[in-house]
Amino acid sequence: MKIAVASGKGGTGKTTIAVALALAADEPVQLLDCDVEEPNCHIFLSFNTEEEADVEVLKPVIDETKCINCGRCAEICQFNAIVNLKIKTLVFPELCHSCGGCSLVCPTKAITEEKYRVGILQKANSIDLEFAMGKLDIGQAMAVPVIKAVKALADNNKIVIFDAPPGTSCPFIQTVSDTDFVILITEPTPFGRHDLSLAVDTIRKLGIPFAVIINRVTAKENLITEYCRQQNIDIFLQISEDRAVAEAYSRGENLLQAKPQLKTVLQDVIIRIKNILDPGKTQGGC
Amino acid sequence: MKIAITAYGESLADAVDSRFGRASKFMVYDLDKDTFEIVNNSQNLNAPQGAGIQAAQNVADLGVEAVITGHCGPKAFSVLKAAGIIVYNTEAKTIQEAIQLFKEGKLTNTGSPDVDAHWV
Repeated sequence: MKIAVASGKGGTGKTTIAVALALAADEPVQLLDCDVEEPNCHIFLSFNTEEEADVEVLKPVIDETKCINCGRCAEICQFNAIVNLKIKTLVFPELCHSCGGCSLVCPTKAITEEKYRVGILQKANSIDLEFAMGKLDIGQAMAVPVIKAVKALADNNKIVIFDAPPGTSCPFIQTVSDTDFVILITEPTPFGRHDLSLAVDTIRKLGIPFAVIINRVTAKENLITEYCRQQNIDIFLQISEDRAVAEAYSRGENLLQAKPQLKTVLQDVIIRIKNILDPGKTQGGC
Repeated sequence: MKIAITAYGESLADAVDSRFGRASKFMVYDLDKDTFEIVNNSQNLNAPQGAGIQAAQNVADLGVEAVITGHCGPKAFSVLKAAGIIVYNTEAKTIQEAIQLFKEGKLTNTGSPDVDAHWV
């Protein structure tokens, strides 16, 4: 079962809750940090990296001795990464999306695709939690290839929790696509509500079941409960605003260390998701 | 000799577009005949990336020797340079004024891009 923890607005508590959810689960779980531009799950987990691998994509290289400057590669490129100037053909690798079109259409086989590192994958294991993260290299603009590499590590025999990046653009969509359920983390503020509505619209288009967890709540009836009522959206949990949580966070401690009572509550969230996805097979729980 | 100027409108009295890649039009001015034509560059208005590169490719296809614009980024600049086109930056308010300054040799050709790489 693949669960993505996403938001809309940044800073609502995705990583806080994704880590807590993974630690609370009482069955084999895998936590994959897909926020490759600024991964931070590892800050709250106490083990070291065991394995590293480069994330590479392919970029075109033109052999000028074979290139006849016909311009077919520039014509097929949708990303303006290749320019044909009649007397020479220029490649801008930083704009290339590695579709392979240019090398396919070249009539003289002047284009070879060469490996180009864009980021790194790091993996670690402990008894009941398998963890991996991706990190986009500084200076690279495209997170998606690194996110794909992280997601490729998903083990279908476990509960896989994806810590998604904030926002609703390509990195978010790449992370939540093909997951079974999305938990949207938000906060009861105007920005929280606004960005939540953007995330909801996007997830509805993707057709993935979802529910909301409201973090840092001070009043039981708030902007988010009002929005969710209007939109007929399930709220799984409201977590109270609590300075103790912020203090623990600042010490690099996870949510369960600050609030151990949330363990059973989060286990119930997982059971609830299972029941939604497979209503015929209702799970037990407190 | 022909030059291209990034243009907000279709007449000499219109403003110079300070952007290169996302300019909606180019005015291609023939300095020998004092005539001009307007070339559309609007396919770049919604391009998510590579607008400067695409505009530079369009300009290279026009057979001009120079471009007059407000600002030009590094990728567009490298394409224009490879095509042998010189880039002049101007703060002239109208196209007419820019052309006049060019004729008088008063425009600066810095030989390098004058803004950093950017997406929009």
